[in-house]
Amino acid sequence: MNTQGRKTTPDAESAAATDVGTYTGNRALVHEEALIFELDNPGVTGVDLEAAPAVTSRLGGLKARDAIGLPGLSEPTVVRHYTRLSQKNFGIDSTMYPLGSCTMKHNPRLNEKLARLPGFSDIHPLQPQSTVQGALELIDQLAHWLKTLTGMPAVAMSPAAGAHGELCGLMAIRAALQARGESSRTRVLVPESAHGTNPATAAFCGFTVDAIPAEANGRVSVAAVKAKLGPDVACIMLTNPNTCGLFEPQVKEIADAVHAAGGYFYCDGANYNAIVGRVRPADLGVDAMHINLHKTFSTPHGGGGPGSGPVVLSDALAPYAPLPYVVHGTDGFRLVEHEGEVEGGNQPFGRLKAFHGQMGMFVRALAYILSHGADGLRQASSDAVLNANYIKARLQDLMTVPFDGYCMHEALFDDRFLKDTGVTTLDFAKAMIDEGFHPMTMYFPLVVHGAFLIEPTETESKATIDQFVGAMRHLAGKAKAGDAAHFLAAPRYTPRRRLDETAAARKPVLRWLPPAA
Amino acid sequence: MRYLPLTEADRQAMLAAIGAPSVDALFGDVPVAAHLTQPIAGLAPHQGELQVERALGRLAARNVAAGSCPSFLGAGAYRHHVPAAVDQLLTRGEFLTSYTPYQPEVTQGTLQYLFEFQTQVALITGMDVANASMYDGATACAEAVLMANRVTRRNRAVLSGGLHPHYREVTATTTGVLGVDLVTLPADPKGIEDLVAAIDDKTSCVVVQNPTLFGHVADLTALAEACHAKGALLIVAVTEVVSLGLMPSPGSMGADIVVAEGQSIGNGLNFGGPYLGLFATRDKFVRQMPGRLCGETVDADGKRGFVLTLSTREQHIRREKATSNICTNSGLCALAFTMHLSLLGEVGFTGLAQLNHAKAVQLADKLAAAGVTVVNQGFFNEFTIQVTGDAAAVVDTLAAEPILAGVPVSRLHPAQADLAGLLLVAVTETTTEDDMDALVQALGGTK
Repeated sequence: MNTQGRKTTPDAESAAATDVGTYTGNRALVHEEALIFELDNPGVTGVDLEAAPAVTSRLGGLKARDAIGLPGLSEPTVVRHYTRLSQKNFGIDSTMYPLGSCTMKHNPRLNEKLARLPGFSDIHPLQPQSTVQGALELIDQLAHWLKTLTGMPAVAMSPAAGAHGELCGLMAIRAALQARGESSRTRVLVPESAHGTNPATAAFCGFTVDAIPAEANGRVSVAAVKAKLGPDVACIMLTNPNTCGLFEPQVKEIADAVHAAGGYFYCDGANYNAIVGRVRPADLGVDAMHINLHKTFSTPHGGGGPGSGPVVLSDALAPYAPLPYVVHGTDGFRLVEHEGEVEGGNQPFGRLKAFHGQMGMFVRALAYILSHGADGLRQASSDAVLNANYIKARLQDLMTVPFDGYCMHEALFDDRFLKDTGVTTLDFAKAMIDEGFHPMTMYFPLVVHGAFLIEPTETESKATIDQFVGAMRHLAGKAKAGDAAHFLAAPRYTPRRRLDETAAARKPVLRWLPPAA
Repeated sequence: MRYLPLTEADRQAMLAAIGAPSVDALFGDVPVAAHLTQPIAGLAPHQGELQVERALGRLAARNVAAGSCPSFLGAGAYRHHVPAAVDQLLTRGEFLTSYTPYQPEVTQGTLQYLFEFQTQVALITGMDVANASMYDGATACAEAVLMANRVTRRNRAVLSGGLHPHYREVTATTTGVLGVDLVTLPADPKGIEDLVAAIDDKTSCVVVQNPTLFGHVADLTALAEACHAKGALLIVAVTEVVSLGLMPSPGSMGADIVVAEGQSIGNGLNFGGPYLGLFATRDKFVRQMPGRLCGETVDADGKRGFVLTLSTREQHIRREKATSNICTNSGLCALAFTMHLSLLGEVGFTGLAQLNHAKAVQLADKLAAAGVTVVNQGFFNEFTIQVTGDAAAVVDTLAAEPILAGVPVSRLHPAQADLAGLLLVAVTETTTEDDMDALVQALGGTK
């Protein structure tokens, strides 16, 4: 809603009057783009290759394959295709993207430029180590920052994503328990409010999952944890700040209780961006915590990945960190890649990924960290928390806040304000799209009925947040005034209206097939 | 702090709206003892763009870029030419800075390219369906073994000695905690192992790499038949996806699951990551497949559109009963792959594969003519040579020239002393005749 100057969005009547349709189905810049397979011009290619030297094939007696069926496209066709597809996407570059728990913050382009330096992008993982000393030093520098910021003595750099980091942490815990002769500890405590990855990871690592209910105040209590503890508990997986956007005030007592019972404390660090520079997880009794580099250190997550999930480890778990890892010797940096090279009593639990980790993400994360510095990272978490509390304060008279107290980096509401309006949370989200905002996270965390989880991050300005709040207030008022029709028809201005997800799952069409002749 | 838009005045106005005395007060749930009141000691303060560029530029300059000298490195990561259009399009903000397409109406761009990607992967592997990518080839391999166990309700997997040791290790790490019984055949530089003999009625799957780590290519048809006769699945791993432009597809040879490293198409070497796991299978197994899937549907106006689908397999619905704990994919890497493959098309992809193979044959001939022993009979773009003495020492010596001569097998199989003289040599379209001559001359000199 633009509040100054001429109106920039038509009301429903004038929109209907101006929408006369087009011959092509296109709408100016928004084209109806065919699939690449439908653009096929057989024989055309967008790449000029040199002629192959004249040799006799040496495929060990194999005959070359038959036709594949890939479409032929020229370079201009390809450039237009992907440009047009990009125009059908919201990104953090286009609009505020307040997906709670997903953390969409500004992605600085300096980081992209640096990741593309040939000295980083064009080095092979199996080059002689003497030729990649700068890369190994970069991994070591990033590790230094992660260890110092969290107060933890060790970090495993190779996990490819947050969920992969969870797996890494639980495998380290498993290995430590084995080394202690306590393989009988097979139960993992996971609060109900946890991300779905937590129970999935515990199961994927061979543990059984035991859920801890949330208290009425949205937190996990020491008493609830103590009631579950026993000699078969391997660890607790606690998210802190938790998925309700709250800091767990009893986290230290919970850690102490789990430790006293012989278990470990795995902290899901997905929300570390709320506390970086202000709280060290080591001071909370954490044994292992993954850090989603894209959330805390802004590596771009184009369309869902790649991620990167380094795991900081306590002294108790450090010896079990996976291969490979970087060490600093007398003559420079060195990779420990095999069990035979391991020194100092380490007992790595194995290898998690083909090579040394998400190097391209490490470059971006380190560039982000150096750009902020210790002072800037602290300011960033402070601003993220300030922005979230500001949204909460500006909306709490209209929308219900399920839990008391200041929130951390994300503000949680529930959908009670929509009761009897005929408007669902999903409808509301779709109306936000028409207002030019990516919707908040809906229906998560599961412990809140009809959750709205809003995460502005530190890179939104007050002006943008005010506009967002204005749109939310406008829509909440519209819903309460009984204008359900407005929501049921949303989104109106997107390249596609609401999509039929049920039909997609019932009869899956997962690839293009040539039309039947 | 150029990325932070709030002014001090903004902050004060916002605190007033909140009714909080200070930002510190917002952190009131943090136990007092855990509060840090000052920036953490030992870490530098913020720096400007110029300073950060200098600091990282210095680190980059201490690495030898593979493209700056003759380079023959492979063994699971390959240096190919990526057309300029790929990176230019990839960095469009609407692609680069979007998230998982949870709101399909405003992420049709991502969803359509994932649908096209799935189709391309199914086509080149010769399979029915593919997912929207995984972390890398090795993690995809581990997931494939777990999937085969779910499908067959068996627990023993047979891994070929020609499987990349990193794939083997990742599979062992990931499946070991679940008590999967792995039978691993010894590394086989000659490429004549007998996998069929290792299959019994407890075998859930056989994992074979084609071409193998040592570069051997094989017809897998008989192996697939042997697997199916015993009720086991055949998993084919491909570490050099360009080979699929020339070699018969794994699907045409009877594979049930194909996993591959997709880095070669559209993605740089990046010192090992992020890479791109490809995963394809038969229609009948689709609900057991891990990872993200994009499907076609229609919108409220009846127009074709795309959504994420079959999410009931996934961790956010099934929690501890999910097919995998995977939450993300390699979206941007998949986008680079699908862009590059779109530029290549049928003519370009098969032509690229042919060019890679022909250049490799050319180098093998040159080496053989210089008296170097080439172990392979058949290969795609990578083969094994026998050097005099320790291959790792030869590689280190040549790195000083600089020539990146290849990957010594001992880097991957350090425990097997009998492999110490073997060197894996890879050739791509980026290899010039001068590069080849430099290697031949250098190796001739060390013989």
